[in-house]
Amino acid sequence: MKDISKSINKVDNEEKISGSAKYTADIKIEGMLFAMTLRSSIRKGEIKNISYPDLPKGYYIIDYKDVQGKNVVKVIFDDMPIFTEKKISYLYEPIALVIGPDKQKIVEIIDMIEIEYKEEEPLLAWTDSVLDYHFDKGIGLKAFDEADKVITYDYQTGYQEQAYIETQGFIGYPEGEKTTLIGSIQCPYYVKNALIQALGEREENVRVIQSTVGGAFGGKEEFPSLMGCQLAVAVKKIKKPIQLIYEREEDMLVTTKRHPAKINFEAAIKDNKIYGLKAKVGIDAGATIGLSGVVLSRALLACTGAYTIDNLDISGNVYRTNTVPNGAFRGFGAPQMMFAIEMFVEHIAQDLNINPLEFRNSIVAKQNDLTSTSGIYRDPILMPEMIEKAIEVSNYLEKKKTYSNPNIYKGIGMSYFFHGCGFTGSGEKDTIKARVKLRKTKDNKAEILIAAVDMGQGVKTTFRKLVANILEIGIEDVIFNNPDTDFVPDSGPTVASRTMMIVGGLVARATREIKKRWHEKEFIVEKEYEQPEYIKYDEKTFKGDAYPAYSWGVNVVEVEVDKTTYQVKIVKTWSVYDGGKAIDERIVFGQADGGLAQGIGYGYLEVMNHKDGRIQQKNMTDYIIPTALDMCDMETYLYDNPYAYGPYGAKGVGELTLVGGAPAVAKAIENAINKRVYKIPVTPEYIMELIDNGKN
Amino acid sequence: MAKIKFKLNDKTVELESDINRRLLDVLRDDFSLTGPKEGCGEGECGACAVLLNQKIVNSCCTPLANVDGQEIVTIEGFSKTKRYQIIKDAFSEMGGVQCGFCTPGMVIAAESLLNKNPHPTDQEIRIALSGNLCRCTGYNMIVKAIKKAAKDGEGLW
Repeated sequence: MKDISKSINKVDNEEKISGSAKYTADIKIEGMLFAMTLRSSIRKGEIKNISYPDLPKGYYIIDYKDVQGKNVVKVIFDDMPIFTEKKISYLYEPIALVIGPDKQKIVEIIDMIEIEYKEEEPLLAWTDSVLDYHFDKGIGLKAFDEADKVITYDYQTGYQEQAYIETQGFIGYPEGEKTTLIGSIQCPYYVKNALIQALGEREENVRVIQSTVGGAFGGKEEFPSLMGCQLAVAVKKIKKPIQLIYEREEDMLVTTKRHPAKINFEAAIKDNKIYGLKAKVGIDAGATIGLSGVVLSRALLACTGAYTIDNLDISGNVYRTNTVPNGAFRGFGAPQMMFAIEMFVEHIAQDLNINPLEFRNSIVAKQNDLTSTSGIYRDPILMPEMIEKAIEVSNYLEKKKTYSNPNIYKGIGMSYFFHGCGFTGSGEKDTIKARVKLRKTKDNKAEILIAAVDMGQGVKTTFRKLVANILEIGIEDVIFNNPDTDFVPDSGPTVASRTMMIVGGLVARATREIKKRWHEKEFIVEKEYEQPEYIKYDEKTFKGDAYPAYSWGVNVVEVEVDKTTYQVKIVKTWSVYDGGKAIDERIVFGQADGGLAQGIGYGYLEVMNHKDGRIQQKNMTDYIIPTALDMCDMETYLYDNPYAYGPYGAKGVGELTLVGGAPAVAKAIENAINKRVYKIPVTPEYIMELIDNGKN
Repeated sequence: MAKIKFKLNDKTVELESDINRRLLDVLRDDFSLTGPKEGCGEGECGACAVLLNQKIVNSCCTPLANVDGQEIVTIEGFSKTKRYQIIKDAFSEMGGVQCGFCTPGMVIAAESLLNKNPHPTDQEIRIALSGNLCRCTGYNMIVKAIKKAAKDGEGLW
């Protein structure tokens, strides 16, 4: 059998390169109307009165009064109204959709709507804790009683915007009794389940189809459920096809972003080692909780980074503020924590006058060590070889030494990191319960029926390749259409680096069964997720195996800092990853390049903030993501360390490739300027502040 | 409203329209050419890029008036050329495509570059792509693809 890792051309290359692939905005339906959103102009308060103007024929206003089901978006923590009725909790909160055939006219109608508010002072400080988690490991806080000394630092991370190049959007239309939505989404069944609740409809009367997706990165995980509910309510009432697509400014101002975080660490030092670690983590949820609890969990679970620390006392809070709701973004809490812990361990070594590299290498996690939640790293951990490889290919040791000369303004930084693959804890078993179907057709083809979305990461190619490889047939004999909830079962959302490992694992099992029965004419095989027996996790106490498997990585980033402007130039990157067996090497390299570029961007370039609750960056001109000139040649090496339950041994790679970027670039900048970095993004302004007043 | 006449993908076209309309809207709405995409609407992302007299422009920032008497080539027109085949194969083989939303614009940027500089250095490629944003690839494989296209298409540009 061929080595599955050997790359093939992606199956959707032709249509995407030629521009013939149809994204949501490219779909036209006869008689289609347009929708735009009426939003609040205050940050907190109540609507006292709204007066809608007389509408011209063919124009409609849809608001909370039209919601026949529950006026709340089904997410995880259901606290976001579809249309607000009275209460305003953030700027630009949606109040109504204005719908009609001409966009200019819709804008005029929106301008004519008068809203009277009772305004209140918004809460912007992190004081309203709505979720509060705590766990410990080993002897917990008692470790501090035995400490020779305690080292403490604070770290801070900012917003990050997903900045998919295709903005959010849907088209909705009626099909008899049915309300159908096609859109740019990661999770067809999240949208469908939200629609069922919003419309108060039967399952068979709601249909959700994925169009080609122009990038997502978590941004199209839960947010589309809000837009989808609004549009579905309108379609059901008006009974006409309607398009709801955001322009860039609206997308940036109102969609979910990466949670800003503040992390305080205390380390109990005993015999020049980290004996105990205490962490206090705060994240800003914005106005609704939504997924924030799960984001915080993932951050807390990653508190030791790629290291093993025996005694932990970890706590975290989700704060609600009157700002735009934050949500899913590739890495999901881990990037914030990985930045903080990587900097902290480095800073501890410096305080103890120990070579940071030796200090770090001495505590890197090993097989059979206990995880932060006292679970077990059951599979081999290849970090020592991977670190050695990264050092060798980047010439890290020599550069690090040379660049320590403060007059050179060059730097090299190296991060170690890991990522838990799949849903946290018992999520797969208790919440998602993934189901997949595979159909053997009369003409000897296999059709994959799953809800996983190709949003650029190559699912269509890797899944067809997986099935073709097992069946030993051509990839052209495997069918995989964009998910349509009328035809595919709920294999779960396309998130959490779970798609190949979990859904692919199920598809591989179904394929092997099909292979045995290949002589039969036509049939369907269905498989449901079964958690490996040994995985036990208690969500209340944070004890046990939080993830079935872990992926590992090392990033090295080299930078130059301009002596006058403090502009940072990324010179080159080297990465080494263990994401299990690669189902297609080039696709994994693509994830590696793109993930690292986002991680590095998060670390030094991408500034987003709010002023008094108003997001200050509203276009690609204000919010800077890396261009081709900001990025550089990127070298990547893959280590094959198969996971027994993943197809061919595959684990997760999507998020892994992002989480190490920020600490690597931050450390490189530290090396270049000989000052310590405590927050990201490390902007020229922050570098100037550090050079003037920072700690060596 | 005015009568505007221009060459679009090798055919002469004429329309009576508001001359302030964005070329992007005219291409997408009047000619059903949906290869050029709207990513930002203000000339930052390059997803809407087309060739105006063989040079790359952002069609979202080009008023219809500016194309009167000029030649416009979109990805749909360019995809019928030999040069396109070379660029397409290179993007495929080097892994330059992920979500694909920026890809038509990237291909137009590649053509615009190679047309005036058939043997670009890595740095020249990066400069030529700097008006086209991609959030998926980190540009690494796109740069390699254009380098490969320049080599494989020796003599075509």
